[in-house]
Amino acid sequence: MLLEIKDLCIEFHDHDVPERVVNHVSFSLEEGEILGIVGESGSGKSMTAMAIAGLLKRHDLEKKGEIFFDGKELLHASRAELRNYQGNDISIIFQEPMTSLNPVKRIGWQVEESLKIHKPDMSQSERKRRAIEALSDVELPNPEQIYRKYPHELSGGMRQRVMIASAMICEPKLLIADEPTTALDVTIQLQIVKLLQRLNKEKNMAVLFISHDLSLVKRLCGRIIVMQNGDVVEQGATQAIFDNPQESYTRELINAIPKLEKVL
Amino acid sequence: MFMKGFRNKKYPPNFIIGAVITGIMLLLILMSFFYTPYDTTKMDSASKLAAPSLRHLMGCDNFGRDIFSRVLKGMQNTFVIAFLTVIIGTVGGIIIGAFTGYFGGLLDEVLMRIIDVVFAFPSILLALVFVSIFGTGRYNVVAALGVAFIPSFARIVRSEFIKYREMDYVKSARLAGVGRLRIIFVHILPNTFTVLVSSIMIGFNNAVLAEAGMSYLGIGVQPPDASLGSMLSESQTYLFSAPWYAIFPGLMIILLVLGFSLLADGIKAK
Amino acid sequence: MKYGLKKFAAMLITILCISFLVYLAFDVIPGDAALAALGTDVEPVRLEALREEMGLNRPFLERYFDWLVSFVTGDFGTSYKYNLPVADMIISKLPVTVIMALISFVIMTLVSLPVGIYTAKHSGGRIDRVITVINQVMMSVPHFFMGIIITYVFGMVLKLFTPGGFVSYEVDFWGFLSYIIFPCIAIALPKIAMSVKLLRGSCVGEAKKDYVRTAYSKGNNTNKVLYRHVLKNAMIPVITLWGMMLADMLVGSIVIEQVFNIPGIGRILLTSISYRDYPVVEAIIVLIAFVVVATNFCVDIIYGIIDPRINVGAE
Repeated sequence: MLLEIKDLCIEFHDHDVPERVVNHVSFSLEEGEILGIVGESGSGKSMTAMAIAGLLKRHDLEKKGEIFFDGKELLHASRAELRNYQGNDISIIFQEPMTSLNPVKRIGWQVEESLKIHKPDMSQSERKRRAIEALSDVELPNPEQIYRKYPHELSGGMRQRVMIASAMICEPKLLIADEPTTALDVTIQLQIVKLLQRLNKEKNMAVLFISHDLSLVKRLCGRIIVMQNGDVVEQGATQAIFDNPQESYTRELINAIPKLEKVL
Repeated sequence: MFMKGFRNKKYPPNFIIGAVITGIMLLLILMSFFYTPYDTTKMDSASKLAAPSLRHLMGCDNFGRDIFSRVLKGMQNTFVIAFLTVIIGTVGGIIIGAFTGYFGGLLDEVLMRIIDVVFAFPSILLALVFVSIFGTGRYNVVAALGVAFIPSFARIVRSEFIKYREMDYVKSARLAGVGRLRIIFVHILPNTFTVLVSSIMIGFNNAVLAEAGMSYLGIGVQPPDASLGSMLSESQTYLFSAPWYAIFPGLMIILLVLGFSLLADGIKAK
Repeated sequence: MKYGLKKFAAMLITILCISFLVYLAFDVIPGDAALAALGTDVEPVRLEALREEMGLNRPFLERYFDWLVSFVTGDFGTSYKYNLPVADMIISKLPVTVIMALISFVIMTLVSLPVGIYTAKHSGGRIDRVITVINQVMMSVPHFFMGIIITYVFGMVLKLFTPGGFVSYEVDFWGFLSYIIFPCIAIALPKIAMSVKLLRGSCVGEAKKDYVRTAYSKGNNTNKVLYRHVLKNAMIPVITLWGMMLADMLVGSIVIEQVFNIPGIGRILLTSISYRDYPVVEAIIVLIAFVVVATNFCVDIIYGIIDPRINVGAE
């Protein structure tokens, strides 16, 4: 088992009444598996992702439970311990490819960055070779040119590919994709999903795919978790859930798909 | 309970401190129009450079004039000059900024180039040019600083107008046949006030500092009329024997500016 | 490159505009220069002769171009009051003012960078709050009053320097520096407060952006995120402010020269204003304007280097 989450609770303490955003969530992920988490905004899915990626660092928040990655507990690990995993074994990509890249740094620099941190002995030319390889791996045309470009010179879809390339550079065991397609055009969304599918197969990399879009999740994930208001309401094999949803909330979500597609 | 909510939700503590300081300063200035403890120009050789005491709260200057009275009068002069400066700057800035921002085009290009040139010029220097041509004195200082302040306001108003002119409500007003002037002054202008208020307060502070600087250089309010800057300039000769002569006018400038900048920060934060 | 050329052209045009406006202002508005030089009760013949000599009877544009050409070649005209070449009067005083502005600028950057970064890094902490209060007060102090306070504290009480005891750099360079450092501190302190405030705010604002989260997700520690990612972005508005401040300091040193009794450009400017010695005023104003515009050009170039998004707009 690659990732095991036991009884995860996250609570905000920035108001008078504590606000629980993740409530006793437990699930696990096998090596090379693609797991989808679906739910609307505020369901706690992104918070769960941030907890796994070790990016919860606000002081006014309380976290309980355990997150085991490769047998090591991460939720209560020190920042220094976490950093050994971040970008190395666990990578994350975000919803906003337009703003998730540093506007004043070249693409190549940003893609290589994880290598610099986690493999400091690697030579500069080797880093560059790997970065260009990663850029062509995510199906970007002219990777050598893109290596020298700045984020504003690329489209949203290309930037998200760059994000994926920089997340993949250290060949992580787990890629967390937090709504990676939400900000993109529909046709680009499909391309990104197919890319993730291919990388998952080729690199045997587990993917935690977080989305509110059930139709994409259905395409990509073997298993899904449905979250609502911080609770896991249903989990199981994708086909089983689509064929026979147990909860009324899941049924509502599934019923919403065709309607949305008509609008689009 | 009440105080906690009062402090946290609506007004940050800075804002309250700023409001208190500004309130006191404004009261003192208001008072100076009707009453000062002594005549501001009356000399009294017996109390030359007298130290602060109950009779003379801030002591006396080298002519035996009461510093507190002169500080009050100086604050009044500074306030009036800064106030008029800001009015000229704001009105000029609104007119230029509104028309260039709303209409755009060649007029905008040309005016903004000129504005950029003037903006690049430190305002005191511009005022010095003005004064060297038209002569010294308070109204020339007002005119000089006022003109120097127009560009910064024009830039702010212009960028707001550019933002608003493409908004749907403005477009629909245009389609409904509302006149251009009405759109500019009734539909758009009030929306820029929130941004304008804090820049007016910052502008006021800059005007206070610029006026003080100019009267320090002897080209603002002319003696024997009192001004904080010229008092500071005179006080330097007696700095060692009568430091209070320098401290009080300086302190008043600091308080005047500090109060307003705390207020401006508080308004911006809200 | 294209961007640099475009900005350079803009700078030249701006300088032309300024010089034209200043020349126009001093030529048209104050009235007859010959009359000003000779006084009102002069015989018409002498007045006419002087007019001819000063070239006042030629068309305006012609005179402007002559003036511009001689200005560029270093001939700034002749002082009405002292009957000396303006260039000689100014050039000997210029270094004092420029050195003061530069030292103040260096002090400002050297202090405000570390303090700004520290307060941003520990924003909300005790030291940050204390510094914020000090900043707020410092920004409200006019720099000439700061000069008076420094004169009193360091000159009269602590006796670290003799107020009024300025030594020219030609006589005793170290003596000059040890005197000049105090006015420079007076100029720099309020500017330090402003730039610390802006740098802190800019860093804190940048730290909330998405790319910072990305940087952390790669395993960067706080320092690396700050120095490799946030700082370069946060510096963009700060550099604009610094550009404007350099110009401010140049003008600020004119005022401070009066406080510390330093014979620099400010002294000549003020006496010339009171004597209506227009060629001198004009030359100083145009010179300062040149420096201001050139500084803005440098800021634009630095901008283009730091922020890659700028270059696209120019193409």
